[in-house]
Amino acid sequence: MNIRNTIDQKGKEILNVYCTAGYPHLDSTVTVLKSLSEEGVDLIELGMPYSDPLADGETIQKSSQVALQNGLTLNILFEQVKEARQHTQVPIIAMGYYNQMLQYGVEKFLSKAHQSGIQGMIIPDLPMDIYEKKYANLFQEYNMEISFLITPLTSDERIKQADRLSSAFIYVVSQTSITGKKGEIQLHQKEYFERIAQMNLHSPRLIGFGIHDKTTYNTACKYSHGAIIGSAFIRALSEGDMEASISNFITSIR
Amino acid sequence: MTMKNLYNVSKDGYYGDFGGAFIPEMLYANIDHLQKVYLEISQESNFVAEFEALLKDYVGRPSPLYRSVKLSEKYGAEIYLKREDLNHTGAHKINNTIGQILLARRIGKKRIIAETGAGQHGVATATVCALMDLECIIYMGEVDIARQAPNVARMRMLGAEVRPATSGSRTLKDATNEAIRDWINNAESTHYIIGSAIGPHPYPDMVTRFQSVISQEIKAQLFEKTGDEFPDYVVACVGGGSNAAGAFYHFLDHSDTKLILAEAAGEGIDSGRSAATSILGSQGIIHGCKTLLMQTNDGQIIEPHSVSAGLDYPGIGPMHAHLINSGRAKVYPATDEEAIQAMLYLSREEGIIPALETAHALAILEKMSFQKSDVVVLCLSGRGDKDLNTIMKYLN
Ligand SMILES: Cc1ncc(COP(=O)(O)O)c(C=O)c1O
Repeated sequence: MNIRNTIDQKGKEILNVYCTAGYPHLDSTVTVLKSLSEEGVDLIELGMPYSDPLADGETIQKSSQVALQNGLTLNILFEQVKEARQHTQVPIIAMGYYNQMLQYGVEKFLSKAHQSGIQGMIIPDLPMDIYEKKYANLFQEYNMEISFLITPLTSDERIKQADRLSSAFIYVVSQTSITGKKGEIQLHQKEYFERIAQMNLHSPRLIGFGIHDKTTYNTACKYSHGAIIGSAFIRALSEGDMEASISNFITSIR
Repeated sequence: MTMKNLYNVSKDGYYGDFGGAFIPEMLYANIDHLQKVYLEISQESNFVAEFEALLKDYVGRPSPLYRSVKLSEKYGAEIYLKREDLNHTGAHKINNTIGQILLARRIGKKRIIAETGAGQHGVATATVCALMDLECIIYMGEVDIARQAPNVARMRMLGAEVRPATSGSRTLKDATNEAIRDWINNAESTHYIIGSAIGPHPYPDMVTRFQSVISQEIKAQLFEKTGDEFPDYVVACVGGGSNAAGAFYHFLDHSDTKLILAEAAGEGIDSGRSAATSILGSQGIIHGCKTLLMQTNDGQIIEPHSVSAGLDYPGIGPMHAHLINSGRAKVYPATDEEAIQAMLYLSREEGIIPALETAHALAILEKMSFQKSDVVVLCLSGRGDKDLNTIMKYLN
């Protein structure tokens, strides 16, 4: 099933967990994808590690750096997803930066990603206008869904554009910040979530950035269709008994 | 055919195929606002008057255009040095920080951040923040903090907080990453003063315009000295490209003036330790713009190397990428060794200690050939006090 249908069918409390491909070890990707799926997460956001991840905080920067040092490339990543697909059908949305797609060749990138079993993309530095003009048809051709980000500073007009163009879900960035912030969700954030919820958007909304525990996850779910957990999961991932650390983490959230 | 806009920025922020704004949504509002107001604000008469007055009385402009007897003799041409090293704070960087701090005030920002490599842009930013009573945070790679220690001390003395960038090669690229992340975290309160002709539109154009005073003065000064305002060559070093952009700006559409860039070859183009972006680079995206950069087949940015912190950058401004690709500008590489030799030469022969960045521009004079009557203007972008540690180590 694709990403949008998965969210629509369940309708609420979607748990989307981010992991970095090739982290902590090059061959961890398949294990992590499998375990997350066994733990019942609804979606997986798979980080395509990048040398200069501008929107990411220290945790994801470090995991990306380790993954690259481990030798992860896009070709290896696609092979790993293909292998994981023999064990799990949980929808996977890949997250990376525009330059990775450009250098690989956008069409080849989409084709390989599709063949490997990736269903969607999050590319935070790909402008919506450029996507619409240059790539929307290609994404459709390769059955690739996409999610655009909105933030507390995004205008209503742009929110509507993100709603129209996001074929997976709208990624509601919980605050204007990079990833990995801890702390409780503040009143002004709740007001912002509420404002977005009142807009009657077509696309489902998942809240991400700073969602790190049961409380923040539950709050996010109250105002949207679910939440995305990234840095907190990476921090919880143990190199020793990886499966147990994944299981413990997911249990602590739900 | 109109010559205008062959090389200048287009309305949507492009120089040919290069430029644009590729930024995460968290910065969209800031960038969009800057795009909408930067021209109007910076061309408003009050702004212009304030900018020009500060350049004159605070920075000490116009900077002299000095004919170097020794270099003219050595290379068999009329060689002039545009003395940006004599500006307050010792480099061209302050032209841009004056412009941007005035802009920051007009758009109501209370907190200023900047990246710096050599520390000259950091010092220039800390200086204008002291002048205008604004909070100032400078991101600088750990490696650069060590090799440009005098500038770190100056920034602190001026009241700025210097925050080390500890990722990647811990140099200019990484400092820029950290500054952008800070901006994302503080988008509403903060203005980011980018120090070179890089970044998302409108930065390359904004920085170029604030630096264009360099070529404006060159024209007038050259006319006064030679009766002709157009040189045959303008030579400048390029890190991100701000001093070159400023020195080229008023000559862009005058094709008889050849535009020459010196880039840092580090330990050699093929050594694996180089920052020769135009030779080793390909089109891609770095720090929010499409330009030439050093990268792997997978689009991972390659860590550069140069002895000079200000040129130790894996990209180049989008305007320069366009000038190079279209053949309007020509690039020569200079190695660490060649730059150091050129720095020593100018010090001993002219009594001018240039910055290591600038020394790359001096070094490529060796690789060019001139006719006796050629008028060459070289942008002496900064002074070399900050590099004495590096040079002393080298001499020992
Ligand atoms: C003296 C001097 N020249 C040149 C540069 C390179 O920057 P740009 O290419 O923006 O002029 C620097 C940067 O730190 C510098 O300090």
